[in-house]
Amino acid sequence: MTEVSAPPATSTATATGTALRPGVLGTNAARPDGVPKVQGRFAFANDLWAENMLWGATLRSPHPHARIRSIDVTGAWKIAGVETILTAEDVPGQPNYGLIRQDQHVFATGYVRYRGEPVAAVAADHPETCRRALAAIVVDYEVLEPLTDPEEAIAGIREPIHPDGNLIRHQRILCGDPKATGPIVVEGTYEMGMQDQAFLGPEAALAVPDDDGAGLELYIATQWLHEDRKQVAECLGLPEERVRLVLGGVGGAFGAREDISLQVHCSLLALRTGRPVKMQYGREESFYGHVHRHPAKIWMRHHASADGEIIKIEARMVFDGGAYTSTSPAVLINGVTHTQGPYRCPNAVVDGYAARTNNPPCGAMRGFGVVQACFAHEGQMDKLAAAAGLSPVEVRLRNAMRTGDPLITGQPVDSVAPVERCIRETDALPMPPDLATDADVLSLPGGAGRTADRGHVVRGVGYGVSIKNLMYSEGFDDYSTARCQLNDGIVTLKFATSEVGQGFVMLAQQIARTILGVDEVMLDTIDTQVGSSGSTSASRQTWMSGGAVDAACRKVRELLFEAVADRHGLPALQLAIEGTDVVDTIGSLRIPVADASAGLRLDETVEYRHRPTEDLDENGQGNCHVAFAFVAHRAVVDVDPELGLVKVVQIATAQDIGRALNPLSVAGQIEGGIAQGLGLAVMEEIIVTDGMVRNASFTDYLLPTTLDAPTVVFSLIEEPEPQAPLGAKGVGEPPCISVTPAIAAAIRDATGRDIRRVPVRPQDICLA
Amino acid sequence: MPSTVDEVLAHLEERPDALLLSGGTDLMVEINMAHRKAPDEVVALRRVQELLAWRHEPSTGDADGGTVTIGSGVPYAEMEHGRLAALFPALAEAARTVGSPQIRAAGTLGGNLGTCSPAGDGLPVLYALDAIVHLRSARRRRDVPVGDFMVGVKKNVLEPGELITGVTLPVRRGWQGYSKVGVRNAMVIATASACLAMDSERGAVSVALGAVGTTILRCRDAENWLAGELDLTADLLEISDELAREFGQRAAADARPIDDHRSTAAYRGHAVGVLASRLLRRAAR
Amino acid sequence: MSDIPIGAPEIYRLTVNGESHDVQDAWLGESLLYVLRERLGLPGSKGACEQGECGSCTVLLDGAALCSCLVMAAAATDADIVTVEGLTQDAALTDVQAAFLDEGAVQCGFCTPGLIVAVHHLLDNNPAPTALETREALSGNLCRCTGYGRIFAAVDAVVASRADQASR
Repeated sequence: MTEVSAPPATSTATATGTALRPGVLGTNAARPDGVPKVQGRFAFANDLWAENMLWGATLRSPHPHARIRSIDVTGAWKIAGVETILTAEDVPGQPNYGLIRQDQHVFATGYVRYRGEPVAAVAADHPETCRRALAAIVVDYEVLEPLTDPEEAIAGIREPIHPDGNLIRHQRILCGDPKATGPIVVEGTYEMGMQDQAFLGPEAALAVPDDDGAGLELYIATQWLHEDRKQVAECLGLPEERVRLVLGGVGGAFGAREDISLQVHCSLLALRTGRPVKMQYGREESFYGHVHRHPAKIWMRHHASADGEIIKIEARMVFDGGAYTSTSPAVLINGVTHTQGPYRCPNAVVDGYAARTNNPPCGAMRGFGVVQACFAHEGQMDKLAAAAGLSPVEVRLRNAMRTGDPLITGQPVDSVAPVERCIRETDALPMPPDLATDADVLSLPGGAGRTADRGHVVRGVGYGVSIKNLMYSEGFDDYSTARCQLNDGIVTLKFATSEVGQGFVMLAQQIARTILGVDEVMLDTIDTQVGSSGSTSASRQTWMSGGAVDAACRKVRELLFEAVADRHGLPALQLAIEGTDVVDTIGSLRIPVADASAGLRLDETVEYRHRPTEDLDENGQGNCHVAFAFVAHRAVVDVDPELGLVKVVQIATAQDIGRALNPLSVAGQIEGGIAQGLGLAVMEEIIVTDGMVRNASFTDYLLPTTLDAPTVVFSLIEEPEPQAPLGAKGVGEPPCISVTPAIAAAIRDATGRDIRRVPVRPQDICLA
Repeated sequence: MPSTVDEVLAHLEERPDALLLSGGTDLMVEINMAHRKAPDEVVALRRVQELLAWRHEPSTGDADGGTVTIGSGVPYAEMEHGRLAALFPALAEAARTVGSPQIRAAGTLGGNLGTCSPAGDGLPVLYALDAIVHLRSARRRRDVPVGDFMVGVKKNVLEPGELITGVTLPVRRGWQGYSKVGVRNAMVIATASACLAMDSERGAVSVALGAVGTTILRCRDAENWLAGELDLTADLLEISDELAREFGQRAAADARPIDDHRSTAAYRGHAVGVLASRLLRRAAR
Repeated sequence: MSDIPIGAPEIYRLTVNGESHDVQDAWLGESLLYVLRERLGLPGSKGACEQGECGSCTVLLDGAALCSCLVMAAAATDADIVTVEGLTQDAALTDVQAAFLDEGAVQCGFCTPGLIVAVHHLLDNNPAPTALETREALSGNLCRCTGYGRIFAAVDAVVASRADQASR
């Protein structure tokens, strides 16, 4: 049998002991898109097609920094089958876009600032024609020296590479007494390479222009339909009502689809030609076409008491944001505000910088700045443990945060904060068996490469714990919208929530089944014909869009009860849903919901908001986050110290999830997040030299395979979060955050080497 | 699609620039990535039976010895198990590390030789076993030792109009094994690789290194040194830690590794020494 | 002399899922993946890398599991090709497909068709694989969402249920 944790059983009993109805909250409800996906019939954006369709393609800069002297498209126009060619002067509306600052160009204007920046686009009858047309466009570049060192950018010693300057953002945090010290002082500098989201379904869109040429429908695989629509409409110079976005099936996202990639290009080509245009990226172009995780360098110094209790943390964080702003300001804030980790810390001095360079633009990736901070603070906790004579577990327990403890921003963490429980339960999970003397070669570091015999392998154990904010921050008015209709016994939900694989479409049905007592829940098309649901990111959709669907269903239920109450002369307050019936909780009335709603047309749309957050002041003080989730990881690794090869054997984790709304789905998020954190620890890195990407392919950007996946054992900590509409916290990000430092710590434990960067390369382990 | 070698050769005579398509695992990548100009002429080899077969030719008086000729179209998957694997355990080990199961079902030695990357997984085994590469054109046959066939990074002596029909390997008595270093446990290009093959009849050892030079490297100095230190015809070899280490260092001394995006010269040079040393220890057990 | 293709054949015939398809006016470099998706109306096989490094395009060709992105379509004319769409004759799910759903092995679903084909291939050739054999057999199929745990559970479930049926 495969060595995995037993799949979590559906929790079949409620508190009162009655069995849960299949498909409601708390069960392993089936995905509504599952059957088409296993049959290969599910329509990803990549699979869309329209009659009379053209193909679109993008010309990208080969240089990380250059001035554009001229662009000559005459050669491309001569190629049969080319229908249109666009450059910067063809953008009818706003020429720039961006999630936070609109500093990024639809097409490069005057300068190119990163390798891969779009310069032009073509539409033609076949992808091959597009390729030939792009090859025939002649761009005269004056190659410039790229700015590639974020320290130089921050120091202000280089010419600005953008009118907005080379510093994207600086944030300081001053908390308590900056002069406080402690008898124990440990410091370190921690580096993280550039990880890529590497979702499997490459970017794709189909734009279909309206007959009057003044509007269009855009089918797009994205994370936030309405934000895309806003930026597309602005760049097209069209009112938003004329730009309708429909979600095309999404093949994973992990943050890479938050920024505009091909949306504006595809729309422009369609409007210009008057024909539908399909664009899709190959894998290489995908690496150039989306933002990556910020590489970072973080220095930290922890002062502690002789007992190992943190007194003060000093930190300096530098995030390389690459050529354009994207979400760097927000990533930076997440990083600096999570400096302390899930631990009490009364004093802090932190300086964080997001730099602009000619390196590839960086932005959102699962974990969003906290991954970098966590790698540093967990490395520090292990140093602190060693200095204080404590075990890695003891030092963390000693400093563990509890509900009500403040962040170094002054914000009280009033979420459920079971940090101690996370650590203890993780530590209590069974260790894997020792490596057998006759272990199969596939179980050894190096695997089928047969690099090691049993005697060459040493085992190590390491821990990591993290805190992660949920939802958006710094005063952003985030909300989600959902519409619930109950017509003649049939429930239909409409929302714009982007389903990227995480299973919201399944959760939405579970909510409606639970609240309204129906089994069949129809889902309307996910598009911009309803209000915004915000982004599928920041572990926010279960809370926000789940909250919106829940609220909309409850409103409909209220109306249903009123109608039944009216009909039967009962107070509506006495009515409840039991199974699939409306019941009078005091009397004997029991009607199936289908009958009770016959002839009714109930329709409610709700916007759900979380409580407001604040900006940070110049000392980094303010309640800038909404809520927090916690997780601990333990990594067991086998290392071949002489060759520096690593096999991650087991990851144990206890995660603070509030409530398991779909236990199987939670397992999927935990195992998937762990795999990504493992990738960051030992194999995933976009290698950039002088602004040039060296490994834009799956040949050399290595994702974990089945032979790299560890055994995962986990414990779900379900202490319902009072603030969360369903009691559940977001579960998407925590699994990928503290697993990386846990693996690094395990490698240190096995080898005695001071591992201070991830991904760890073989030479970091076995050479000086 | 041709079904005999003669048909292929006749066509190549007419169109020497035609692309030869074996498993597609290198050629199709180049076409998909548009790194190669779209072909207007391809000769598919998948139905040429002679290329898909292998045969064992025992020598007189030695039913288990002799040579084996492997057609250039035999997929790696066939080398992993069965009789071919029993005859060449190092080749089976190397085949197992090629790409993925899907790649192994299609990829061939002919392709590995045609592409001639120093990181090619099968190549160190061919070098260690002194393989002969068989080339044919419409006009002549050539049998080229593999060490003369590969002349540089992705450079071989294949001439227009020539087809690699197969390789011949001697069946050796004695232990043989292969190791490959990669950061991931599947689908990874070797950052360093090595094959060691004992020839207990002649009292010799071969060691070949991959990914540390412009071609695969045979470490003659290390081989000769070991033959001088030990009686390699013995059934049981006494290998001390010291001996293994020195052997590894001597082998690594021939390496000419480079820095690239996959690894560093320092690491590669270190790794091949460790691989050679460990392979020798394994040979002794 | 046999018919050696000079340039792209004007029409060539592929046998996919038991049916014969004529492919017209294609250019020679088109992969089987491209032809399946863009010419034969079979978009079930997915392209995530076009280099044979992800397995999303896995099909069966003469019983072998291969990456269709690495097969030149015009050279596959005499092969028996099976795609994810052809695993069942009707709309019913195979036991592997049902297990993927039951065990939570499907998230975004982009890797799913390739994996379904690869798992069918594994179990048709090795009905009772060990954990490591399963991992090795699927090592050419990348999944970015699941971390593989639920996929292994799905394979285990099929193995158990087939063994159970066989013993009846």
